[in-house]
Amino acid sequence: MSKHTFAIGGVHPHDNKLARDSRIEILPPAPTMYISVAQHLGAPAQPVVAVGDKVKVGQVLAGPGGFVSAYVHSPVSGTVKSIGPRPDLAGRPVPHIEIAVEGDEWMEDIDTSDNLVTDLPADNAAIIEKIHKAGVVGLGGATFPTHIKLSPPPGSKCERIIINGCECEPYLTSDYRVLLEKGEQVAVGAALIAQVMGNVPCTIAIEENKPEAIAHMREVVAKLGYKNIEVMELKMRYPQGSEKQLIDAVMHRQVRSGGLPISVGAVVQNVGTALAVYEAVQKNKPLIDNTITVTGKCFPKQVNLQVRVGTPFSYIIDSLGGMPEDAVKVISGGPMMGKAIANLDASTLKGTSALLFLTEKETRRAPESACIRCGKCADACPMGLEPFLLQKLSRIADTEALEANAAQDCIECGCCLYSCPAHIPLLDIIRTGKGLALGAIRARAAAAKAAAEAAKSSVIPSEAKESKK
Amino acid sequence: MTHTVIWTIAIITVLGLVLALVLYLVAKKFKVEEDPRIDEVEKVMPGANCGGCGFAGCRAFAEAAVKAPNLDNNFCPVGGNDVMAQVAAILGYEVKAKAPQVAVVRCNGTCEARPRVNEYDGFASCAVKAALYAGDTGCAFGCLGCGDCAAACQFGALSMDSATGLPVVDETKCTACGACVKACPKKIIELRPKGPRGMREFVSCVNKDKGPVAKKACQSACIGCGLCAKTCTHEAITVEGNLAWIDPAKCKLCRECEAVCPTGAIHGVNFPKPLDKDAVKARIAERKKKAAEAAKEAAHE
Repeated sequence: MSKHTFAIGGVHPHDNKLARDSRIEILPPAPTMYISVAQHLGAPAQPVVAVGDKVKVGQVLAGPGGFVSAYVHSPVSGTVKSIGPRPDLAGRPVPHIEIAVEGDEWMEDIDTSDNLVTDLPADNAAIIEKIHKAGVVGLGGATFPTHIKLSPPPGSKCERIIINGCECEPYLTSDYRVLLEKGEQVAVGAALIAQVMGNVPCTIAIEENKPEAIAHMREVVAKLGYKNIEVMELKMRYPQGSEKQLIDAVMHRQVRSGGLPISVGAVVQNVGTALAVYEAVQKNKPLIDNTITVTGKCFPKQVNLQVRVGTPFSYIIDSLGGMPEDAVKVISGGPMMGKAIANLDASTLKGTSALLFLTEKETRRAPESACIRCGKCADACPMGLEPFLLQKLSRIADTEALEANAAQDCIECGCCLYSCPAHIPLLDIIRTGKGLALGAIRARAAAAKAAAEAAKSSVIPSEAKESKK
Repeated sequence: MTHTVIWTIAIITVLGLVLALVLYLVAKKFKVEEDPRIDEVEKVMPGANCGGCGFAGCRAFAEAAVKAPNLDNNFCPVGGNDVMAQVAAILGYEVKAKAPQVAVVRCNGTCEARPRVNEYDGFASCAVKAALYAGDTGCAFGCLGCGDCAAACQFGALSMDSATGLPVVDETKCTACGACVKACPKKIIELRPKGPRGMREFVSCVNKDKGPVAKKACQSACIGCGLCAKTCTHEAITVEGNLAWIDPAKCKLCRECEAVCPTGAIHGVNFPKPLDKDAVKARIAERKKKAAEAAKEAAHE
C-alpha cells in the first residue's frame, strides 16, 4: 500500500530532528511562575483566586470567561503574589497570575502514580465534563478548547478520529518522544476520544520519518487490544500536521472554505491533547504541564523537557546553560510557523511546543526582488491559493478582492514564503490581508445577526422600530 | 483603381453616417439626466481624489453634496473653508466655517527616550509589524517607525525622521485628509484643530500603561499622574486609562500643563516664545496661595 499524503501543495524542508534521541526530562518549576489567563483560543479566563491565596498544584486559578474559553489551573503550589498585566512573548500586556513557589503539594484527588489506567468510564457526558474541568485545549498549536471540539453541533456526525502525530515542523520532537515514552497513555486517550464521539474508528497518523514511533504505537495498540484504532504511516510533507491537510491525507476529504472538520465527519486531535485527555479523565490531572523541545544547531544541548505551564523562557534557558553566544533569534515553536520571542521573560503557555535557537546566518533574509510570476508559491500553497496575487491585493488593502480570492483560507503555513525565489515576504504581507478579509466577514456576520435579532424583537409595531432608530 | 477609391470612400461615408445616426438615437434614448451642478461643484474641488471627505473621490463628493439637503455632513478637508464656501454658493446652501485641522503625531519615543529591546528584521511595514508583535521597544503603544503613514500621505506632508525614528508633519503641506490616521495601526496620529496662528497644545503620547511601566519603557511617556488635569483651570484635560488628553475646544493655550508635566509629554507648538517653566510655575503657585487664603477667609466667616 502506498503511503498517503495530502493532494496539493506542500514543501519538503529538511527535518532537522536533532533532539529525537533525547529522553523527556522533567524540569523543576521556577521559583516564581507567571500563569497567563489567555492560553487558549477564545475569551480569556477570569481569575478566581486573590492575591495572598495559598494554592496547590492542580487548583483552579481562573474559570472560563465565555463559551469558547477554558479553565486555567495552578501548575505549582505556593502563594499568589500578584494578578495583573505582564508582557507576553510578543510584548503585549496580558493578565498573568504570579505565584511564588513553595514546596510541591498536589490536590488530593490527582493520581500522581505511574499506573496505566485502561478501564474507560462509561458515561460520555462525565468524560467531557472532566476534560472541560481540566482545562484541556488543543496542543497542536491553535489551543482550541477540547471539550467544545468533542461536543459537535447537532446534526453533524463524526465518522473518524484522527490523532495527529505528524509533527511535520522541522526541529520539533516533543510529540515523537511522547509517542515513544507515553504511547500507552496516548492510545488510551485516543480510545477515550473515540468512545466519546460514538465509538468511531480512530487513526493515529505518523509521518514516515518516525519509523520507531510507528512501530511502537502499532505494538501498543495491539497489546491494549483496541480494534478501532489503526496506525497510519504518512509520506513526509509539510504542512501535513495542519488539520485540513491531515484530513485530506487520511480520509481523502476536503473541508469547505470556512467549514469545520466535523462537516466532513472528522475530528482531529493532537498527540499531546490525547495524552492530556488521558491524564484528565483517568488521573484527574488538569493540563498543567507539556513537553517542549529545546533545540537549535547552535545550542549545545538537544533536549525534550516536561515543563510546567507558566515557566519563564529565561529560566528554561538558564537552567540549560544559558543562551548560546551566536544565537540571534529564539523562536517559540518550529521554524516554519513559530513566533520569534520578543520578550524572554515571558512564560510558557499550554500550547508552547518548542524553543528554537537560530543564528544570524540561519535567519538572515535575502533582499527582496520583484515578483517574476513563476508561480512557485501557488504550487506550494496547500490551500490552493495564489499567494502572488494575495500579496499584491494585501499591499493595496483591497478587502473585497482579498475575500473573493479566499485570503481568509490562508493557514499561515509559510510554504509560499519558503518557496519564493524572489525572497518576497509573502506570508507577512498576506497575513494583514487575511485580517482584512476576516474582519469584513465577521462584520457582515455581526450585522446579519443584529438585523435578525432586531427583526425578531419587533414582530408587530413599526413605531417601536422607528423610535429605536 | 479610381473606382475602388470612390467606392471605398462612399461606403465608409455611408457607414459612418448610419452609425452616427444610431449612436445619436441611442444617446438620446438612454440619456442620463444629471444635475449640471455636479459638474460645477467638481470643478471647484481640489481634484486630489484623496478620499479625505469619506467619498471615493471628488466626483463622488460632488454627487453626494448635490443630493444632500445641507452641507453639515459633507466637508472637504483639503479645500477647507474656501472651497466649501464656493460649493455652498453653487448649491445655495449655508456652510459653517470649520476650524482648519492638521495631523498631529502623538508619540515622542525617540531613539534616546525609548531604548530598543529587540531587533525587528521583518518586512518594513507598520501593519505587518503590528500584526506580529508589540514592537521593538518596551512600549506596546508607540510608533513602530516603519513609515506606513508617510507612504499613505498623497501630499508629501509626512516624512520619517531618521534621527528620531518618528514621522514629522509638514504643516504647510498637510491637508488633514486623514489618510495617515487610517494607515497607522497604533492609532497614534490624530487630527486636531490647527489653533490660532498654528499654536496648539497636545499630549504627545498614547501609552495606557501604568506610570512606572510607561516610564520604564519611554522617558517621555505620559504616566497618567494627572498633574496637568489638576492644574488646568479650563477643565480641558481628561485623564483616562493612565493617559491625558487635551480637548482643543476648551484649551486656552495658557501652557500651564506643559510647564508642570514631569516627563515632558505635553507639547506646545508654534508659540512665539519658548516656554519659561519657572515663571509659569510661579504663577500657578501664586494662584494656589491666593485661593487657599480666600478659602481660609471664607471658612472664618
